[in-house]
Amino acid sequence: MAIAIAPKSMTFGEGSTAFAFAALAFLCVVIGAKAYTPEYAFHAYLFSIGSVAAVFAILNRYFERSNDTTPLLVDGKPNYNMGPVKFATVMAMFWGIAGFTVGLYAALELAFPVLNFDLPWISFGRIRPLHTSAVIFAFGGNVLIGTSFYVVQRTCRARLAGDISPWFVVLGYNFFIVIAGTGYLLGITQSKEYAEPEWYADLWLTVVWVTYLLVYLGTLMRRTEPHIYVANWFYLAFILTIAVLHLGNNAAIPVSIFSSKSYIVWSGVQDAMVQWWYGHNAVGFFLTAGFLAIMYYFIPKRAERPVYSYRLSIIHFWALIFLYIWAGPHHLHYTALPDWAQTLGMTFSVILWMPSWGGMINGLMTLSGAWDKLRTDPVLRMMVVSVAVYAMTTIEGPMMSVKSVNSLSHYTDWTIGHVHSGALGWVGYVSFGAIYCLVPWLWNRPLYSLKLVNWHFWISTIGIVLYITAMWVSGILQGLMWRAYTSLGFLEYSFIETVEAMHPFYVIRAMGGALFLAGALLMVWNLWQTVNAKQVEPAAVPALVPAE
Amino acid sequence: MSLWHKHAIFEKNSIVLVIGVLIVIAIGGLVEITPLFYLKSTIEKVDGVRPYTPLELAGRNIYVREGCYNCHSQMIRPLRDEVERYGHYSLAAESMYDRPFQWGSKRTGPDLARVGGKYSDDWHRDHLRAPKSVVPGTVMPAYPWLEATDLDFAHIDDDMKVNAALGVPYTPDMIALASADVKTQSTSDAPDAGAFAKRYPRSQSRDYDGNAARITEADALIAYLQVLGTLIDFKLYNDKANIR
Repeated sequence: MAIAIAPKSMTFGEGSTAFAFAALAFLCVVIGAKAYTPEYAFHAYLFSIGSVAAVFAILNRYFERSNDTTPLLVDGKPNYNMGPVKFATVMAMFWGIAGFTVGLYAALELAFPVLNFDLPWISFGRIRPLHTSAVIFAFGGNVLIGTSFYVVQRTCRARLAGDISPWFVVLGYNFFIVIAGTGYLLGITQSKEYAEPEWYADLWLTVVWVTYLLVYLGTLMRRTEPHIYVANWFYLAFILTIAVLHLGNNAAIPVSIFSSKSYIVWSGVQDAMVQWWYGHNAVGFFLTAGFLAIMYYFIPKRAERPVYSYRLSIIHFWALIFLYIWAGPHHLHYTALPDWAQTLGMTFSVILWMPSWGGMINGLMTLSGAWDKLRTDPVLRMMVVSVAVYAMTTIEGPMMSVKSVNSLSHYTDWTIGHVHSGALGWVGYVSFGAIYCLVPWLWNRPLYSLKLVNWHFWISTIGIVLYITAMWVSGILQGLMWRAYTSLGFLEYSFIETVEAMHPFYVIRAMGGALFLAGALLMVWNLWQTVNAKQVEPAAVPALVPAE
Repeated sequence: MSLWHKHAIFEKNSIVLVIGVLIVIAIGGLVEITPLFYLKSTIEKVDGVRPYTPLELAGRNIYVREGCYNCHSQMIRPLRDEVERYGHYSLAAESMYDRPFQWGSKRTGPDLARVGGKYSDDWHRDHLRAPKSVVPGTVMPAYPWLEATDLDFAHIDDDMKVNAALGVPYTPDMIALASADVKTQSTSDAPDAGAFAKRYPRSQSRDYDGNAARITEADALIAYLQVLGTLIDFKLYNDKANIR
């Protein structure tokens, strides 16, 4: 019996993407064959394999799918596309554990240099960028992409724009991470802080990032809500600004298409200024604006309270994105950068304290009338503490950007401590809070154990306290030792004496990092059980405790 | 109608929001970065700074590859203790051919802006091979593979061409002789040393790693370290002329 089948045709997106990947696979085989170095050939072949896999995935999907395109609405409700969100969430946890582990190892290398084992690929100079990129771009990036794709769909009440493109964004971004990370270990780096990947990885990331912007904007345009919700302003500013910064700071000319080496078009003092315009705004827009978007969605959601002030969020948004861009030169105080630029950077860094705290107030005061939940909900507690740590970090930052303070703190561990209070306490905690919310929502299962969240919270909080106090003491101690004079007017300490004095603090710092990692491992177990466990701990009804 | 209501235009139109964000984030960067390209006072006028020799450039690329900037700065600040510890404060002119700049942001190890000439080649070789052999309390990793790996300079002229295209004053002569210059500079008493020194004033030619049979990565890196901060004669430099 013959069944009439409507002709199935390949969409333009499917056809052109498959063709583009096939062409890329071919190009990369040629590059791999003629590459100047085996390390670069390895990357070229990785690109080939990835491209072939992409062609296969697209064709396979085409043959498996039904003839109709995916409906935007099902039973009158938006047909949300949560596959890429789930993938990014899982990858965030994977890279989080990897990045924390590498960070712990790097910390141990400083405390016990024998751990470098005289091996090139694990020497400190190569794994420190691996750590920073893994936690910022791999962990943080996946958190941002995952939550932004979730939040934009929910707040616009619309399915994610694009068919293949959302998957291209999450898979392509994680492929970039693999190229960047293996590159560092093999010695492929531009040695520009937080922008280490070489030209071809940067080009790839540009394609992925533009697709990300288009998917995001396309979803905003599809919205059935009249207003764009405040979290989306922050996500959009993050995506746009990172694109601008990435293109500006990585402008480079490769030595050859067969070489991984490139030279940055900027040089010396101009390169320094461009680098820290990029570097500080990687903090401002990647690690702040993006995660403030998380704060603006997940804290009100979890607390079941509206955002404290709509007007404050308008001021917060525009003031923050305007002022942050100026702050870069505070990384270059007393250097060969002209004084006028340093002074501008310092001034705006100090002013930046205001919008930072405005946003913090908006986040914390959202808890108005729901403060009791801090007692019963460790997930909410984690997010609220993250905002509190954000407040502490954003007053420490402006203080350190004052030139006289900076003359002591610069080049020391104080900077490392400052960064980690922001990274572990703010970015880490608000991400953990968001993921603890997101996994039960995405997989539609209750969280396995709130008790474990509580353990995670306390273990990692102790870790953070150990970390940042150790770095405060070591940084200020080393800064003071460098400038100490004897009564006869000679420098009191040789450089190596100041290095030797750091040892106990490096050990304490590593202990703090180990505790933070231990907490994150508990989290992975908890989430794994949430998704996979058959037996779920019955949701405990919180005992009522009278308010004092 | 209150001003607050006017904000609705950003909330109801994603393209207006995009344009608004782009304008607001552009201002700070434009004001701080663009003047650095046309204000003449940005880079001091000073004699002596020259492009890196091919061997030094190859060495610098190894410095970049190993991520030395993670622990070493190359930027001496004009503070009393730093000037006494490391030497004259760094000038913008000294890194004007540096792509990328390597000023660094952390001193787990000491500043290297003027490390050139402070230690012998043998000290550097031993220090790279096993840092604790010369500095017992150090936390620096060992880099024994540098003196065991032949320097790859097959394409060093391509590197110089890219730099020249970006404005580094490499002459066609320098680019054509790049490979030969690598060999000359890494050999003690090389016959072409005189002509080489004319192309690159204040350069030093000798076997840096103590192994005359090979040109290794250690040769290149030590040649780079030994030139750092040595190009300007500060006895002749007028600080006051360049006050900015």
